[in-house]
Amino acid sequence: MKTEKIICAGFGGQGILSMGQLLAYAGMDEGKHVTWLPSYGPEMRGGTANCHVILSQEPIDSPIISQATTVVVMNLPSLRKFEPYLESGGLLLINSTLVKEESGRVDVRTLRVPATQCAIDLGRDEVANMVMLGALLALTDVVEPDSVIRSFDKAFEHTTPELSELDVQAMKLGESLIK
Amino acid sequence: MAKVLMKGNEAIALAAIKAGCRYYFGYPITPQTELLEYMASELPKVGGVFVQAESEVAAINMVYGAAAAGGRVMTTTSSPGYALMQEGISYIAAAETPCVIVNISRGGPGLGNIQPAQSDYFQNTRGGGSGDYRLLIFAPASLQETVDLVQESFTLAQKYRMVVLISADGMLGQMMEPVDIKEVDSPEDEEKQWALTATEGKRPPRAIYSLYLDPVELEKANERLQANYEKVSKLEERYELLQMDDAQLVIVTYGSVSRIVKSAISLLAGEGIKVGLIRPISLWPFPKKAFEQIPDSAKGLLTVELSRGQMVDDVRIAAKGALPVHFYGRCGGMIPSPREIADEVKRILRGDKS
Repeated sequence: MKTEKIICAGFGGQGILSMGQLLAYAGMDEGKHVTWLPSYGPEMRGGTANCHVILSQEPIDSPIISQATTVVVMNLPSLRKFEPYLESGGLLLINSTLVKEESGRVDVRTLRVPATQCAIDLGRDEVANMVMLGALLALTDVVEPDSVIRSFDKAFEHTTPELSELDVQAMKLGESLIK
Repeated sequence: MAKVLMKGNEAIALAAIKAGCRYYFGYPITPQTELLEYMASELPKVGGVFVQAESEVAAINMVYGAAAAGGRVMTTTSSPGYALMQEGISYIAAAETPCVIVNISRGGPGLGNIQPAQSDYFQNTRGGGSGDYRLLIFAPASLQETVDLVQESFTLAQKYRMVVLISADGMLGQMMEPVDIKEVDSPEDEEKQWALTATEGKRPPRAIYSLYLDPVELEKANERLQANYEKVSKLEERYELLQMDDAQLVIVTYGSVSRIVKSAISLLAGEGIKVGLIRPISLWPFPKKAFEQIPDSAKGLLTVELSRGQMVDDVRIAAKGALPVHFYGRCGGMIPSPREIADEVKRILRGDKS
């Protein structure tokens, strides 16, 4: 596995930090070196949130990503802010329900995933992050989906069997959009 | 304990509890508030005492009291809060009472901002309290190193009867990394012959103070402190060296930014440029011994800090004028990329910058 440097970004409340934490927990579960670094600051509800997640077979030096292998954006401000971080040939995942605009990058692999619409179809728009995560895992070998599912209890403090089941469904839906 | 993924602030709190810390006094301030929250929730579960003080001034004086009574005590804060604690720290140092302090520093001066910065180097190493005192200071770069040093700090604070300070910043406080936090077996210390415990009518009462009106007595007290500091400076210099063989330039850097420097060194190695690294882990005592390892191939030193140049003073002292000492730093919460640091190294090696 090459070193994966993933930036997840969107509105506060879209589960951006959780999406990153799941990747980090799953990576640790698989014996990889991982770092998770959130944006923090005087943020407000509805503001922007992002996190930098690195997974590697080698010890990780800088936890800050200056060149990402993957960028996941859940809203338009995040697309504009983070598309320049993507390395040439990198993967750009766009939540196409909320982002109608195109990326300005032509040297990367762009996939538009209607994550929020899929989540609404499942009955809860909060699981849009899990749809996106399912798509990401279908496109790359960052971590195994099972490792993510095993990490639910750690990443979500107050989860229930029903919510976990919905999260799994959302991930599978995301995966099915790719395959 | 197996490896767990934890946020730096929470990992520090858990490490302290597992090292036997049972008294915590603090006041909330970003970016270390999760540490206080974790202590508030977890310390009472092991029979410990958590108090959210009315201010940092009160918190450090509560630490002084608990330390004087022989407790394993800690406080944590961030730059402006640490500034408010300086008077109390001087008193604690004078009274030779052991405690552990964590400063998760932020951008300054003044209220500044809450982003990562290392502009507290002077405040940490030179201190803002009165008198000739020193703190034993460690500056970790990873969360594993942080929790290990926090746990050892409690032992060293008791051993040397000193304040041990952990210097980190918001990057380490906020990030998550896998950590293995050890259970420290029976952290009970030997009976402290100086602690203000109950006499039970069996011995004369003890006193702890920092006031010596007689100059002869005060000078004696200072000599005792200095003898202890001399011992600590001989025994506790700590540092990491990396790729010193045939290095064309050696970077001296510490804490969070050292991780970005390591990425820069890898970038440069890929371009055939050999750069070594000295990473001070103890900021006081400053690891002068590391500078004896600089190879003859090195044309100079480059100090990289998240400040406008503070540790660079200690680097100049340690280098003893043998090599030119360059400086590169960002501040105010701005963090250089590995590429920016690598470009600075190339400028220096080309001779574009003196």
